[in-house]
Amino acid sequence: MPNNAIHISLRQDAPIPLAVELSCAGGEILVLVGPSGSGKTTLLRAIAGLLNPAQGRIECNGETWLDTAAGTRIPLQQRRVGMVFQHYALFPHLTAQENIAIALGHLNPAQREPRTRELLELVHLKNLDRRLPTQLSGGQQQRVAVARALARDPRVLLLDEPFSAVDQQTRRKLVRELAQLRGRLNIPIIHVTHDLNEARQIADRICIIHHGAALQIDTPDAIMGRPKNSRVASLIGHYNIFEGTIAAHDANAGETRLSWAGLELQTPYRPEFAAGQKVEWVIPEDQMVLHQRRRPSAGERENPVIGVIEECTQLGHNTNIAMKPRHCEILLNFTVPAHVARRNDLREGEEIGVSLLQQGIHLMEKS
Amino acid sequence: MMDWQALKLSLLLGGCTAALLLPCAVIVSRWLAWRRFRGRNLAQAAIALPLILPPTVLGYFLLTSFGNQSPVGAAFNALFGEGLVFSFQGLLLASFIFNIPFAVQPMQNAFRTIPNDLREAAWCCGLNGWRTFWKIELPLAWPGILSALVLTFAHTLGEFGVVLMVGGNIPGETRTIAIAIYDRVQAFDNRSAGLMSAVLLLISMTAITLMYAFNDRLDRRRAE
Repeated sequence: MPNNAIHISLRQDAPIPLAVELSCAGGEILVLVGPSGSGKTTLLRAIAGLLNPAQGRIECNGETWLDTAAGTRIPLQQRRVGMVFQHYALFPHLTAQENIAIALGHLNPAQREPRTRELLELVHLKNLDRRLPTQLSGGQQQRVAVARALARDPRVLLLDEPFSAVDQQTRRKLVRELAQLRGRLNIPIIHVTHDLNEARQIADRICIIHHGAALQIDTPDAIMGRPKNSRVASLIGHYNIFEGTIAAHDANAGETRLSWAGLELQTPYRPEFAAGQKVEWVIPEDQMVLHQRRRPSAGERENPVIGVIEECTQLGHNTNIAMKPRHCEILLNFTVPAHVARRNDLREGEEIGVSLLQQGIHLMEKS
Repeated sequence: MMDWQALKLSLLLGGCTAALLLPCAVIVSRWLAWRRFRGRNLAQAAIALPLILPPTVLGYFLLTSFGNQSPVGAAFNALFGEGLVFSFQGLLLASFIFNIPFAVQPMQNAFRTIPNDLREAAWCCGLNGWRTFWKIELPLAWPGILSALVLTFAHTLGEFGVVLMVGGNIPGETRTIAIAIYDRVQAFDNRSAGLMSAVLLLISMTAITLMYAFNDRLDRRRAE
């Protein structure tokens, strides 16, 4: 990995557990995703030096910031960290310009003013430099916070839920600006959010955090399509997670057959699992196709499951269906547009069929 | 007749008390505002004690601990060649002690309202503890610190019981304006007592009004 990367390896049991090993390259956006209380902010604070983990090593741009084994701990003032706090933490008694200039202590006084102007321009706030934070909108405050974080000429940019306090429209704009900014900065950007959609939009890689542990680090597509285990799958919003047993492999057909609920499902070829092995599997709800009652189609031959509708709930333009396959106590959940539910006369107690698309089924090691 | 000497002494005492308390109270109040430690409640109770203790009780304890036989009095005598009892220095020390809650409590509240992430943001901007104090904490806590100083000053002008117990009534040394008023009433000189009371009232009222006006202006400027 190039020199301007950051490598982090942290471990502690208390007060907040941490078990994390990750790297982020220059120019890369790594998004830490996890529910609230999962330790993602703690991790960010440990990188910044705002808290001291029991054990660990942080190396950034070739400098060792933390090495508990060697007793090295660079004070946070000397770590070149740009931090954007969740509620921005702008200094309320200082103007936008002063908020930025205060972080320019490393420059000589003559360079500070032009650099402040440059940063204000970078975040499109040239004409609002004399305003106090209370006189700025949420989006403008966020931009001041970003400019202030960049003022130190940081070696890593840390963003703690930077879009959580602004409305949807501003958020879209700020997300776009962050993407543009990344092109100009060749430093690692570590971004914390609990919003998976936000993470998928901006991340080069996503790190799923739970109870302080990094469960999976991968590209958004890989995380969404191939979660490592059922915990990751449920954290990223899958609810069709089931247990099954590998029945057989068929290398010629390029498929693995899975016994589940008295059925044998065709799934993508995964020879690393032995026949007879218990596995967990997941299917995203968009990989389930409802059998049309009047016009059966070819796709219905793929892993058909017949069952009875247990629950049918309309939510806005969509209808959530919970279906109980024949002879078992499992529920399959999927969503169809409300008009489809109406046209097919989907009601509780009705028998329906769905096909589980083979390519959508993902097998996972049992956790 | 106005006892100008007593007024001057009171103003001097008030000013010196406020000046001495300022740095000490800033340190203690920051500590109480942000640190959680064993015995914190006990420390807060001890600081608040002068608020509820009868001035004569506080004065009695101070008087006995200031005597030349006591360790404090003896140490002071050895250092400066003077006693603490019935002297301006003793009065100042007593004034310092009974004003601690008036100085610490408003400052503690002021520091407590500074969100923790502001200090952390300052550190992340590269500011060390000292610069964070000057650039961030002090400007934000300033209204509370000013209130503390004005309250200390005004309260010193008005304190009677402790001053009488520790300082007595020595003109130019320990006779403050409050003592002088009492002295005049005892001598049936109601005209002088009334005049001095009016002056004391005016000074105290002016100081506190200025404090409120200043804080109000600051609030409005920040809210704009």
